[in-house]
Amino acid sequence: MERTTIDLWVGIFVTAGLIGLLVLALKVGNASSVRVSDGYTITAQFDNIGGLKVRAPVKSAGVVVGRVERIGFDNESLRAKVTMRIDNRYEFPKDSSVSILTYGLLGDQFIGIDGGGDVELLRDGDTVMLTQSAIVLEKVIGQFLYGRPPEGGSGN
Amino acid sequence: MSARMPAQHDKLKGKVQAHQLVEFDGVDFSYGANSVLRNLSIDFPRGKLVAIMGGSGSGKTTLLRLIGGQIRAQKGSVRFDGEEVSSMSHARLYAARRRMGMLFQFGALFTDLSVFENVAFPIREHLRLPEAMVRDLVLMKLHAVGLRGAHELKPAELSGGMARRVALARAIALDPQLIMYDEPFAGLDPISMAVIANLIRRLNSALGATSIVVTHDVAESFKIVDYVCFLSRGQIVAQGTPEQMRTSNEPYVRQFVEGHMDGPVRFHYPAASYDADLGLGG
Amino acid sequence: MSSAVVRGLRVVGRLTVDGVWRLGAASRFMSIVLLRSATTFRRFRLLIDEVYFAGALSLIIIIVSGLFVGLVLGLQGYETLKRYGSAEAVGTLVALSLVRELGPVVTALLFASRAGSAITAEIGIMKSTEQLSAMEMMAVDPYARVVAPMFWGGFISMPLLAAIFSAMGIFGGYLITVVVIGVDGGAFWSQMQSNVDFWDDIFNGVIKSIVFGFAVTAIAVFEGYDAPPTAEGVSHAVTRTVVTSALAVLALDFVLTAFMFTGV
Repeated sequence: MERTTIDLWVGIFVTAGLIGLLVLALKVGNASSVRVSDGYTITAQFDNIGGLKVRAPVKSAGVVVGRVERIGFDNESLRAKVTMRIDNRYEFPKDSSVSILTYGLLGDQFIGIDGGGDVELLRDGDTVMLTQSAIVLEKVIGQFLYGRPPEGGSGN
Repeated sequence: MSARMPAQHDKLKGKVQAHQLVEFDGVDFSYGANSVLRNLSIDFPRGKLVAIMGGSGSGKTTLLRLIGGQIRAQKGSVRFDGEEVSSMSHARLYAARRRMGMLFQFGALFTDLSVFENVAFPIREHLRLPEAMVRDLVLMKLHAVGLRGAHELKPAELSGGMARRVALARAIALDPQLIMYDEPFAGLDPISMAVIANLIRRLNSALGATSIVVTHDVAESFKIVDYVCFLSRGQIVAQGTPEQMRTSNEPYVRQFVEGHMDGPVRFHYPAASYDADLGLGG
Repeated sequence: MSSAVVRGLRVVGRLTVDGVWRLGAASRFMSIVLLRSATTFRRFRLLIDEVYFAGALSLIIIIVSGLFVGLVLGLQGYETLKRYGSAEAVGTLVALSLVRELGPVVTALLFASRAGSAITAEIGIMKSTEQLSAMEMMAVDPYARVVAPMFWGGFISMPLLAAIFSAMGIFGGYLITVVVIGVDGGAFWSQMQSNVDFWDDIFNGVIKSIVFGFAVTAIAVFEGYDAPPTAEGVSHAVTRTVVTSALAVLALDFVLTAFMFTGV
């Protein structure tokens, strides 16, 4: 086979491969949307995070604004401590509230941020005070069946 | 040839003398339990054309592979130009091989390259030469074997004899000091055989090289070689000039040269008594 | 009875010893190949030729197979998902199946039977016709001149082929569900984009294809070099390349999946 023909085919092949990779990265995956590496982190404590996982999205008004970076347990408050990295482009008031939400009835969990009215903004390392835990389906069903109040209160 | 002075082990002296290009000294070699060479000692003097003869499986090809360093002797020493082959480093061995050429039994041409590129291969690999000079060199080598006109063909388009001539041109591309031929006459018609035989003789003289021809073809090789060594079961049984061999009384040589069916080499594979095997008498 | 057990155990023992021995021989062989790879990259021409041999010649089969796998995935996914009223999720289904599993695995299997077997046959024939020996006697190292470029050519081609396969598959899924069936195109892409993660899914898929590429090409060059120098020996070696590669790819896939896609 001619030298130049081989070169042409190798060129076609390598270009096609790189385009394939690029399409996968940009069109299929969302490498272009949120670069989580630069951004500021905020933490929040929850009574129960349910099935929340690291790298789960953080959304506000349905827009992905960040990712869950770390999930830990606070020994003193006995609550879950979630660290989120928020994209630098997005800013939230200091009194915003975060809650753990679910895609549909049985889907994955993510964090939702609802903006507050404060003039001061959340900065790197800040802690969000207002939190709402995940809805644990078993508890909801239990409540429904036995008419029991959710936490600790007396039954009768 | 096999008798030698202890003084030859003196490295310095060996270098100064060095009129033997290749020396075997008490070499043992076996594939697993199958012993191929036994305490073999043989020298190949510079500039001479030596034939190694013997039946199939007598260890002839093994001898060439030992010189090329493709296998290593289990005992004894093999020296090329005064240097022990088995103790050479990778780099030294490759440097030594650049001074050797080898013609393989069926040519071993690169099937995906043209005749021209086959001969150019060692030149391109080892020398950084401008394309025009490579072309001249290749055409000279091909001219020497009479195939300059076939340089555009592929190996698949060549006859057996032509393929072997191309392989010969490739083997001498770097003007080696030592040329080894592994069964150069096997499977050729009488004309091709005569052509190859003449080429071997002519190239040996023209290049001033040392040649080792491994063969079992008595008629062709006796016409061209300076010395003949008969190898049987890993040992030398007879050696000398072709004339001496023709008149030798050694039974193995007689059987080989004259082609008798039975002799020192038995017709029957070793077996129990024929009668006993057939269950007769006994 | 007990003699049958003893015999069985002996067979197991022999197979184990043989297997370990071959693995050792293959590792030794591969370390030689890797150590003598410098020539491959110094002489780029050699590498280009092998990328052509292993990669460009496999292009057609990869494109066609990828497209068909995507079409089938789209059709099947759509039929199942529409029962739950979430036909738009078919994009996610197709993309995730392809980039995580089918892309690397099916490409590796096709690559083993197309390029791997060709590599084994090429090296095996060069060995059986003494071409490698002849090269050695011309003071040209066959590891550096023949084996290493073939290995690297295959190793480089495999991830590119897997990417083409996945991209073609997703295109096939798009074709059948959006263009033919009429699922909403916007929903198809947006669901896919929000559920396919670059690092977790695509990057891990690429890692998989790199690992498979190494395994398949290493098996192919080793089997070729190790083949008995006869026609029968070479044909057995080609068969072994395809079978061993398939098993290795599936086993490695399990291990890699366990590491990558489980756990937090």
